[in-house]
Formats: sequence, structure tokens, C-alpha cells
Amino acid sequence: MSDTVARLDVAVVDHGAGNLVSIEHALAAAGAAPRRVDSPGEIEGAGLLLVPGVGAAAPAMHRLRRAGLDRAIVDWLDAGRPLLGICLGMQLLFEGSDEDGARTLGVIPGRVRRLVGAPTLPHIGWNQVNRRREHPIFEGIGPAADLYFVHSYAGAPVGDDAGAWTLAETDHGSRFVSAVARDHVVGLQFHPELSGQIGLRILGNVLRWAARWPASPGESATLPSKLPTPITAA
Amino acid sequence: MLRHRVIPCLDVADGRVVKGTRFVDLVDEGDPPELAARYADEGADELVFLDITASVESRPTLLDVVRRTAGRAFIPLTVGGGVRSSAEMREVLRAGADKVSLNTAAVREPELVQRCARRFGSQAVVVAIDARRRTPGDGKEPSPTWEVVIRGGREPTGLDVVDWAARAVALGAGELLVTSMDRDGTRSGYDTELLRAIVDRVGVPVIASGGAAGPGDFVAAIRDGGASAVLAASIFHRGLVSIGEVKAVMARAGISVRLPGGLAA
Repeated sequence: MSDTVARLDVAVVDHGAGNLVSIEHALAAAGAAPRRVDSPGEIEGAGLLLVPGVGAAAPAMHRLRRAGLDRAIVDWLDAGRPLLGICLGMQLLFEGSDEDGARTLGVIPGRVRRLVGAPTLPHIGWNQVNRRREHPIFEGIGPAADLYFVHSYAGAPVGDDAGAWTLAETDHGSRFVSAVARDHVVGLQFHPELSGQIGLRILGNVLRWAARWPASPGESATLPSKLPTPITAA
Repeated sequence: MLRHRVIPCLDVADGRVVKGTRFVDLVDEGDPPELAARYADEGADELVFLDITASVESRPTLLDVVRRTAGRAFIPLTVGGGVRSSAEMREVLRAGADKVSLNTAAVREPELVQRCARRFGSQAVVVAIDARRRTPGDGKEPSPTWEVVIRGGREPTGLDVVDWAARAVALGAGELLVTSMDRDGTRSGYDTELLRAIVDRVGVPVIASGGAAGPGDFVAAIRDGGASAVLAASIFHRGLVSIGEVKAVMARAGISVRLPGGLAA
């Protein structure tokens, strides 16, 4: 692990959905210095913004909006800064979720839908992540590695950019998108923090990938944001 | 495709791993974090810690064991034994567990399952069911039935296991951990009829427990019982068989398991 990566400052968004202990342990083991953030001001200066989480989108979006973090995440992306979404954190990047009708961040065209034809739900356990193209976060990882999943819904990129977003697919009754990546955004439906040594390797790759995105202001982002107008809390 | 999971269970009492027969006659078998790390390296798909003393006094010791394990084994950790409230569940999750299993407290207060699922998500809530056969081979019943027992097998409840399983799922359980009390510790194989009866009724993953003697039993629990995962304790702790050996046998029998590798050469 190189020195530049070893101490990468990772801001882990605490939106109340899910346990952050495992991701913090895994980030530390992969060579990062994770810290929890629950307000926009704390994000500044981070080398990577990580949106974790499990469960439903609506309560998580409610917490993000209340803290102003929904806007902060999109501003971060507009500034060309690297973001990793894991599980619910990946799902929040889409436009909305069928699980509870939540309107989400709208970074990726498409919706989060229930897995179709699944023999068991939730989809829990190790399943093959079939890579559709190469990406730095999968460096040194086999083309169909077993990684750990816990979810019942998954995001489906649509439109002209669907192929550009889709990084890997997995089968559970039917095929779903298990990883997305474009420019400075990566989303993983599986949990690298629960996927043993291979998961740690992926997190280490993510840290090295994140370090490539410059922190200087004025660097233009290539990714347009489509954040809907924030809802004012009642 | 989704792999069938092999899960070593570490029965913990006073900070040590122990295992007895039918929940009695405890034998010391090692330090939990050390065993957990070893199993993760050997290819365990998940780990389960069960605090079999489940007393208020043993809780700080258990949380310490969970904390020491969470930084060493980067696979899912389920902790069970004596959790009675969502506040207690939160403590266990904050110590580093990924899931909590509820057993006696869920039977006594089914709404606890719902509260925990709403607060932490269904994926974090495993309902553990201890089952005892009602009609042990007398041939008079058209099909076997099982009764839910609680407090480590000491207290019968009158509840039908399959009905309780369905209710637990409706309340928000994300997985079921089903232990045959008749088979537990006896090394006579899983009760595959019990597993099949539950799997045919619910859609969530079912973890088989109680009675494993060897890899052939794991194959039967999955093929005949329909289990998504197999759990065992003493056969791993005593080194009778390794997780790698078990998985190799399962793979040869045509069962989809996660084998070592995955890092490109």
C-alpha cells in the first residue's frame, strides 16, 4: 500500500440506515482513515465520499435532506470529486425507488426495482459479479468473483448511457446490475466490507482510484447532475 | 449464481467458545476471535456467535468478544443469545455485528421482530427457531409436526414451528436459523423434513442447524431440505473436518459453493 493511499481521508456519510462499524473496520484494514460525517461542512477536504447503507431509500433520503447532505453530495459530484456508493448508497444514485416510492439523487438515469424471479428474497449471500468491462477498482480480481450481497432491490440504468454506467452484472432469478461506474462515480450493490480478502482488495483499489481525481477547484466535472428541487421539510 | 453458505457457529460462554450435547455438558474449545479469524481464512461464508449463557452479566464479555472479532474477520457476523430489545440489538450492532438473531424474546414478544426490522432493516434480523418433533416416528400422524421450544430447549411453547416461521417472516425477519433440538449435538444429520416444511412455506433464506456430522449432511440439508445455508459447530472446532474439505465435497455433489480464489493470477 503506497503512502499516498495509506492515509486517504474517507468521509462516510451517516444517514442512519445501517451499521457503519464493518465498513469502518474494512476501510482501515484497506489503508484508509475513515470518519463519519452527518453535515455538509464535514465533507470538505475528504479524498473520497462514501455513501453506505442498507434498507429502504425514503428514510435515508429524509435524513440526507434534513441535513442538507443531498445537495452536498451532488455539489461534490459537480466538483468532479470521487464517490463510492455501497448497496443502498448505490441505489440512492438513481432517480427513484420502487421500494417505497422515494425520489432519490438522480445522478444515474433509471429506477431501483425489486429483483424479478428471485428464488429467495432477500438475496443474501455470496454471488458471482460478472464484469462487463475493465475498471481500476477490479484490478487483480477475477472476472466473475464471488462477493457478498444483502438486498431485495437493485438499480437499473436506462437510456443512452445505460451501457456506459453498467460495470458488472449478477444473476439471482434474473440478471441485475451489481456495479456501476462512470468518471468519478462508482456504485457497488454488493458489500466489499463483508467480502473477505477480495472485498478488502476492491476497497484498496477504490482508494487508489479515488486518489487519481484532483481536489483542485475549477476542474470541471464531466457528469451532469439532475438533482430535483430539494423538498422543504414540513 | 447464489452460493450455498457454510457457516461455523461459535457457542460462546463467558468469553470462550464451548459446545455441548443438546445444550448441556459444555466443553471449552477456544478463543472466539482467534477461531473466527481462522474460519474466515479457511473459507467460512459467514460467522455466528451464540451467547449460550445469555445472561445480563455475560453481556459486556460478549460485546468485547464481538469488538475483538469485528476488526479481524471481514465476513458477516451474526450474534445471538439473550437480546430482548431493540436497544440491546443496537448495542450488539455497534460492537461490530452485522446481524442479530432473536429467539426466546421474539416468541414472547413477536412485535420485537417488527420493531428491530423497522429500526435496523430486515437484513439485520435473523429469527432463530429451536424445533422439537411432536410425533417422533410413531407413524400415527400423516406428516410430522414440530413445536417451538425456547430458553435453550427448556420451555415448550405449544407453537407450531412452520406457523411461527411464517409469522416471523411477515413481521420482518430477513432470515431464519432453524435448529433441530432432536438432532443438536448428536451428529445424526440435519432434520431435512423440518427444513423442507419451512422452506416450502417462506421465501426468505433458511439456515439449517443441529446434527451435522459430515459433508454429506450439508449436501442433504440443501438438496433434500432446501436450505440456503448450513451451520455447524463442533465438527469444525474439533478439527474433524475443515471448511475447505466440506466445500470440496459439496461442490463434487453439484452444490454451488464459494471456493477459494477470485483474485486474478
